[in-house]
Order: sequence, then structure tokens, then C-alpha cells
Amino acid sequence: MSNFISSSIGKKVVMSLSGLFLVMFLCVHLGINMLLLFDNTGKLFNLGCHFMTNPVIKVIEPILALGFIIHIAWASMLTIQNRKARPVKYAVRNQKGNCTWSSRNMYVLGAMMLVFIIIHLMNFWAAIKLGEGTAGVMEHITYDGVTMENVYPHVVATFTNPIYCILYVIGGILLGMHLAHGFWSMFQSVGLCNNIWRKRWSCLAKLFAIVVAAGFSIIPIYMFFTC
Amino acid sequence: MADKILKEITLKVWRQKDAKSKGKFETYKIHNISQGSSFLEMLDILNEQLVSEGKEPVAFDHDCREGICGTCSLFVDGRAHGPDDDVTTCQLHMRRFDEGATITIEPWRCGGFPVIKDLIVNRGAYEQILQAGGYVSVNTGGIPDGNAIPIPKPAADEAMDAAACIGCGACAATCKNSSAMLFVAAKVSQLALLPQGKVEAARRAKAMVAKMDELGFGACTNTGACEMECPKSISIEHIARLNREFIKAKLKD
Amino acid sequence: MAVLDAKIPEGPLKDKWSNHKAKIGVVSPANKKKLDVIIVGTGLAGGSAAASLAELGYNVTTFCYQDSPRRAHSIAAQGGINAAKNYTNDNDSVYRLFYETIKGGDYRAREANVYRLAEVSGSIIDQCVAQGVPFARDYGGLLANRSFGGALVSRTFYARGQTGQQLLLGAYSAMNRQIAKGKIKSYTRHEVLDVVIVDGKARGVIARDLVTGKIERFGAHAVVLATGGYGNVFFLSTNAMGCNGSAAWQAYKRGAMFGNPCFVQIHPTCIPVHGDQQSKLTLMSESLRNDGRVWVPKKKEDAEALQKGTKTANDIPDEDRDFYLERRYPAFGNLVPRDVASRAAKERCDAGYGVNNTGKAVFLDFKYAIKEFGHKVIEERYGNLFQMYQKITDVDPYNYPMMIYPAIHYTMGGLWVDYNLMTTVPGLYAIGECNFSDHGANRLGASALMQGLADGYFILPYTIGDYLSKEIQTPKIDTTTKEFEEAEKHVTDRLKALYDIKGTKSPDHFHKALGIIMWDNIGMGRTKESLETAIKEIAALKKEFYKDLRVVGDFTAMNNELEKAARVADFFELAELMAHDALDRNESCGGHCRLESVTEEGEAKRDDENYKYVSVWEYKGDDVAPELHKEELVYENIKVQQRSYK
Repeated sequence: MSNFISSSIGKKVVMSLSGLFLVMFLCVHLGINMLLLFDNTGKLFNLGCHFMTNPVIKVIEPILALGFIIHIAWASMLTIQNRKARPVKYAVRNQKGNCTWSSRNMYVLGAMMLVFIIIHLMNFWAAIKLGEGTAGVMEHITYDGVTMENVYPHVVATFTNPIYCILYVIGGILLGMHLAHGFWSMFQSVGLCNNIWRKRWSCLAKLFAIVVAAGFSIIPIYMFFTC
Repeated sequence: MADKILKEITLKVWRQKDAKSKGKFETYKIHNISQGSSFLEMLDILNEQLVSEGKEPVAFDHDCREGICGTCSLFVDGRAHGPDDDVTTCQLHMRRFDEGATITIEPWRCGGFPVIKDLIVNRGAYEQILQAGGYVSVNTGGIPDGNAIPIPKPAADEAMDAAACIGCGACAATCKNSSAMLFVAAKVSQLALLPQGKVEAARRAKAMVAKMDELGFGACTNTGACEMECPKSISIEHIARLNREFIKAKLKD
Repeated sequence: MAVLDAKIPEGPLKDKWSNHKAKIGVVSPANKKKLDVIIVGTGLAGGSAAASLAELGYNVTTFCYQDSPRRAHSIAAQGGINAAKNYTNDNDSVYRLFYETIKGGDYRAREANVYRLAEVSGSIIDQCVAQGVPFARDYGGLLANRSFGGALVSRTFYARGQTGQQLLLGAYSAMNRQIAKGKIKSYTRHEVLDVVIVDGKARGVIARDLVTGKIERFGAHAVVLATGGYGNVFFLSTNAMGCNGSAAWQAYKRGAMFGNPCFVQIHPTCIPVHGDQQSKLTLMSESLRNDGRVWVPKKKEDAEALQKGTKTANDIPDEDRDFYLERRYPAFGNLVPRDVASRAAKERCDAGYGVNNTGKAVFLDFKYAIKEFGHKVIEERYGNLFQMYQKITDVDPYNYPMMIYPAIHYTMGGLWVDYNLMTTVPGLYAIGECNFSDHGANRLGASALMQGLADGYFILPYTIGDYLSKEIQTPKIDTTTKEFEEAEKHVTDRLKALYDIKGTKSPDHFHKALGIIMWDNIGMGRTKESLETAIKEIAALKKEFYKDLRVVGDFTAMNNELEKAARVADFFELAELMAHDALDRNESCGGHCRLESVTEEGEAKRDDENYKYVSVWEYKGDDVAPELHKEELVYENIKVQQRSYK
């Protein structure tokens, strides 16, 4: 495996695997968030959040953080390397016909999402972990004798704010765009692709991107109008 | 059948005296171009015009003028080999352009391909990548009969798809990352698909990728722009195969 | 035979090559690494020779004017490569390939050379398969074959419509392996402008670095020219823009004699000229004649309507179409050899039956094949060629017949070589299209690739050993000697002279004008008068060239104009020799058609009594007529007869 990680393909494999890991996290995250749509009392959602405090998740949490860091760090490395590979730029460039905007701008999309994630963390992670977030102090609630954090009001408070609501919808769309390319690219980078599977992966990628983007955007919109 | 005549076209052409000099765009007007002429024939006419004015003609690479040698290499109006699909610059015809058009012509822009003069770049990097391993290690003579090893038609056809690469450099020139992956993949994939080349597939993939990285090409981000601009429409599925071959090879180390 | 010794080995035809190999000298591995060989040109012949010689252990230096050896014009060969493998069980054999090649060449090639070519043809396919050349295959996994002109069997191997490309990439990959090992030093963007002779032997070359403009010296124990043909004398040809005859021509002026300079192949299936802005002609593969039917209208009024554009091909019913090749040559039909097909097309067009606006085109129609085999099969066979045609002409050949017309394609003539492929200068070899040896007066389709690779892989590596085995005592060639100095000065002076004319017209201007003289007078039909006219006009144009040439740009820097000027200067001299040769040969044979010598049906009429020889021209000085030597051709194994494809 000598020099694998430092080779251009190795770096892409790192991007692919860390991306895959983040995709799995996204699925869980989206699953839990969906609970918001089915229970206006917030109990279901709070139970879901509480479930996420189990020991396995606790162990995975730092790995997840590491996943993010690796994905971002390697993306930055690749971007710097790739920009250096063309010291003199073209005066006229027309790429409309040959590839999608998002495939060309994955790093830009990633950077915008990073800003979103920081805001997102200030909204919720800070409230849960540090006790106080943008929507105030975290309180506790007891269901059937089990005491847990009452995250639901924070969600309501955030999503009924029109600015945050729009921000989260944009976040969902950015994520969808990132995934539309990232999802199939993941398989291409590790070589699990040919002309038949490419159609399947990119079809699946588009579907997944729409589901994720719609899923994450629908929640703030729903909450904005119903709470 | 007679072709229409373009009365006037404006050309913005990159001029650069040599590798060390700083270049700049020059603007030229040119008249009465038949739409049946190829793009390079149009440049021939520009050059005749420049010579008659005592100016140095525009240097550009070209040779076979039938789309197979891979010498011509112009970035026309923001696209490698110009605004037509599946062609080399020499196969681009003036019927793709309208009366009064302004056409911008640049050399390949890629760290791996430094400009030599005007629109001519040095593609020696591609040579070096192939020298690193783009071959089957057999000597002349002492070879079994050509039919000794049957090769399934689909594999032979796919190998031919990859082998069609003309080494023009449009892939790296068009790639936003200046990545040479499609070029490398075409050779690795062609030889990995054939029993004759499979024997040293692992060594080949590692050596060629290492050389590509060393020469300063970017990494592939799967935008697919290369296959769209490739005059021979070589598919990026070959890049997937290269990735596979490379990972497999490295896992064995 | 005092001057020319072809060194054809004794013995029966089929044993000549093996007997010869058994007798010639061999260099030991330890000595090979002390010997240097220069190879000029990196097409199929040069590339394969470079790789094979380096594998043997020689130190090889290669030169090409392109930016990579892979771009040599062999790459443009489309249709295929012949080999007497008899995989199709249609009664092919070494003898049949030999016989058809000699007959195709109109009995103007050397028996022993052609037989050897046929003999090694099978190994070429094996070698290329081993290198990873993706030849077309059948579903059973075995190699596929197609038919080509002038052959009664299917023996052509192919890789879609890109056979030349794939074979060249095979040879180039073998070269790359040796470059990586340090056994080949490859100089790209270098043009060889002179051959250096020391004590009567070729000992090196003078080359110009096309990037810096520097003139450099290179020494070696032997020099191999693999520089291709000189078809670009005609300006418009299917050759690449850079193809030139300069290295071979300078070798001629240094003492290597030139064989059959007037033998030029005119390929019948090229895309017609579109106008005077045209820079080169594009070939459509001969393989298209497998399935395409060639025709012009039967009625003159239809032809005139087509020329005016008031009718289209599809308006003309089958019964009004004249499939003239099928009519005249029922046995071979559309697959007659190239010279025959070209002349037949010219005959129809000259008679007023041409089908495009210039009246200089015939139809090649796939309607019938599409009806018989379906669109898909035709697309599979010729898809890329159809696409190429459509890109150039903007016409879809699936729905409208292609228009084609003959164009200059290949030069059978070249430097005279003996059986060892050595020119009349000891140590100077010529291989591939650069020599004159195997195709007589007309080359069969798919035989150029065969010859280039046969020379490079399987013939030169043996025969050069014979010469080099006597050179093992010769130390590294010193390039500071007076011979090298003289040669370098000669090149510099020559270029400087061109550069200093400071006239008003570009090299291209003169090249185009030369091309018109050549095509009109030394083209498909030649007469005593036309040739005499040509000689006069070439001389006048040449004079103007040396008075009014303008080479802009810097002398010691990249300068395409200077490159072109030097090539055109050599083309002038070559053109003169071609005209003299054509004038001397008052017979029609193969591609050389003297209108004074045709049968009543308009077929070429050979004159074996007077012209059964190779014309070998010796340079005698710039303003002195060259001297003609004759190599009599002896046919012991073939009955010489009037060629018939009826």
C-alpha cells in the first residue's frame, strides 16, 4: 500500500470512502428528522434524539467528526493541487455542454455547506452539548420515567424564524446538488462502475439527491407553516 | 453543393514568441472564407495574409488533417477542438461559424503542456507517461500464433474503444483539474482487457499513475468533461477500470 | 550490373530468405551494445525497426519531425494489413500473396523481395497481437478478415477503420519500452536534413531542432531512412502536411540512387476537392469498396443535372445508373486494384459523367449494402468512416451516396535498395515507403502496412547485422571530423540561402503552384508532351522560387516557414526527376499511365520488351542530368502476362 494515500487516485478513494461514511450519517440524520413530520407534540422526535445518545453512537460521534475533517481536508488538498495543475487560465471557457455545474463546483458547494453546518451546529449541537444554543437554554423532559433533552422546542423556534427556515431550505438544496455528483462519483472513484452501472449509479444519485434535498427542505417548510 | 462564403471573421489569437516570453492576444480580420474549408485551412489563409504583410505567421500544430494523428490542438471559443462534438480541430469546418463571428483561439492550458510558441504546446509529458509502462513487454520474434489465445469479441471491442486514443491532450486541456486520467486510463484499460496485457497490468497501472502524478497533472473529479471533448469519444468507464486496476495493484503491495 | 548489385540470394525462390539468413554475418550481444544505429522516421517501418534493433542490443537514435513518434503518417492507414494466414480457408498461401502482389504491381517488382515479404507476413500479425493490438475478432474470439482490392481471397486483418493507428501504436509502445530502458534515444521535432558520408560509408546525419532552430550533428555506425514517401510533391495528397522527401533526397544527392521515381499511386476513393482553399485530401478507406458500389449516371443529361444541382443521386433510378467497374471488370467488380479503379473514374469524369459541381467525382453507394445487411451491420463495419465523411462534407452517407475522386496517395518509387534493404551507399538503409522495392508500379491495398512492418520487425534486424558484423572494430563515430563539419555547413548554407532570398511569396504559394503542374502533367495520364511541359514549367517555377521566396520569422528559432521552404526546395528537384523518369518510361504500367501506351479498351499496356527494368537514377550534380541505370527484372517463378481483372 506504499504511497497509496498520496497518489491522486488514493486521494480520490479517501474522498469516496469518507463521502460514503457521511452519506450513511445523512441517512440516519434524515430518518430522525422525518419524525418531526409525524408528531406535532415532538415526543417522537425527542425519543429519536435520545436514542442517538446510546453508547454506540457516542463512539461513532468522534469518528463522524473525523470523517468530516478528512473529507474537507482532502478536498482542500485536491483542490489546491488541481488548481496548481493549470497555472495559466483560459481567457474563454465554455463548459455548458460537457459537464454539470455542480460537478465542476463541488468544492464551492462543499464550502457553502460548511458555512451552513457551522450555523446548524450553533443552532442545535451547541444547545444539546453546551446547554445553550441560538434558541436559548436546553431544557429536559420526561417520558415514561425517562428524562431526556427536550430538543423539539429548539427545532420549532429555529424553523419558525423565516431566515433560518430559508437557510435550511437552501442547505438542503446545496446538499442535494453536492450529492447529485458526489453519490455516483463515489463509486466511480473506487472503480465500481462501468457504462451500465454508471447509468444506474447516476440515476440512483439523482434520486437520492432529490430525496435528501426534499426531505431536509420539507421539514422547515412544514414546521414554519404548522407550528 | 457549392459552399457559402463568410465575408468577414474576426480572430483573437494567442501569440507567444517562445516558451519564456509572455504572450498576448492579437486580433486579426480575415475575409472570404468558404464554409466548406476546414478550420485549419482558414488559419492557412490567415498565415498567407500575415506572410504577405511581412508578419510572422501563427504557429500551430497540425499534420494529418484527417483527425487521426492527434497533432492539432486548439482551444477554440472556450472548447477543446472547438464547438463541434467528436472532432479534432482539423475536422472542424467553417460551416460551424456564422458571418461576422469573433473566434478566440488559445493553446492547451495545462501545467503539463507548456507553450512552445503561439498555439503550440509541448506534450512530452504524455510520452513520459507511456514510457513508464504503456506497453506489453514482448520482444520481436518467438511469438505464438495470433489465434493461439482466443479473445472474447466484447473484450476486444472494448479494448479497441480505449485504444482509439490519439494522444491529442484534449482531455487534460479541457479538464477543470488538468487531469490526464482519461489518457492514462485508455492505455491501462486497453491492455488490461487483453490477455496479452493482463500479465503486467498491476505494474503498469502503478507506474503510469505515479508518472502522471509526478508530472503535475491534477486529480480526476469525475466531471466527465474529458469524454465529451474527446475526439474519439473515449468513455470514462475506462477511468473506473484504471481506478480498479490501481486499487487492486496497491492492495497487493 | 557493375553499378547495381541487388544481392539476390541463390537457390529456389522459397529458400532464398532462409538460405540468406543462414549465411549472413551476425553480431554478438557483447558487440551489439558498442554499435550505434540512427533511424530517421518513426512510422511503421522506422518504429518497428527502432524497437527491434534496440531489443537486440544496438544503441538506437530515432528522429521524427512530429512531436511524438506516434504521430507518423502510418497512423492514417485505415483499412487493414495483409497476411497470408489462410485463416479463412479460402486457399490463400504465401505463393498466392506473392503472386497477387507481383501482378498487382504490374510486374515491376523484384520476385525475391516480394516472396520474402509474403513469407514473413504471418509473423507480423502474431507480433502485433502479442503487443496488444486490438484486431477485429469474431464471436469465437479468433481474428476476423476482410477483402481488399486486387485479391481473390480475404486476407486483410483490421482494427476497425484505424488499422494503421493501432499497428503504429503497437510499434510505438515497443519503442517506448526501449526508450525507458535507455536503448533508444528519441529526438522529436527534429528534421534530418543531410546524411554524412565518411570514407564512402554512411556515418551520421545532420538534423535541425525544430524548436530551437539549432543544427546538430549525430554519428552512428549505420543510418536507416524510414521517412515515407514523397507524395506531397503534388501539394494536394492524402499525405500529412509535414510528409516530405528531404532526407531521402539529400541521401540521393550524397550517392544513394533513386528507383522508379515516377511510380505514384493514385487512390480512387478520396473525398473530392472542395475548392482552392483546400490544403489536403482525405482518403476514404478502400475497404468501403467491399460493400459500396461505384456508379455514375448512364445518361449524360442526368450527369449534367447533378453537376448543376437540379437533380440528386436519389432521383436517378437503378436502371439509369452505370456501375462501370462491375460492367468493365466482372471478375473483380468494385474491388479492382487502385490504379485500375482510379483510371476508370477519371475516364468517366473526363467523358462528362462526373457527379458533383466540378464534374470531378463519382458515387460510392451503400444503399444496396444497407438493404442487404441492414443499417446496423454497415455502421459496425464503417461507422467511423461514415462519420468522418459526414464531418467533412456535411452529407450523411447512410442516406446519400458518397462522392469520391482519385487522389495522390503513395509513392511506390523510392531509394533503390538491394535484397538487404541497403542503398547504394554502404551503411545507409531505406525501409518502408522510403524504398522502392516491393510494390512495383502499383501497390495493393493493405500492403503498405505489411511492408513497413516486415522491413522493420523481420528483415532489417537480420540484414543490418551482416553489415554491422564488419563494423565491430569501428569506434564511436566522431562528429568533429571535417565530413561532419562540411555537412553541417552545407545544411546551414542551404537554409540561409533560402532565408536570405527575401522575396514576396510564401513557400506554400510555390508548393501549390508546383502541385498544379504535377497533377496536370504527371498525374493520372501522362504524355510525352505533358512531361516535357512539366519539365519546362517546373524549371521556370523553381527559378522564380529562388528569386521570390519569402521566409519570415527568425532563423534560429521555431520557424515553420523555413521548414516548409527547405522541403519545397527538395520537392522541386524531386519533381524534375519524376518527370525525367516518366518521360523515359514510354509504357503504361500500374500507376504510371502513358497515354501513348494503352489498349483499345483503355487499359494500361505494358511494354515488357523495352521496359522490364527498374529505373535507377544516379545524381551527377545540380545542373547535370542524372544518369539512368537499369536493374533488369527477372521472373523465374511467375509468368509475366498482361494484367486482367475482367
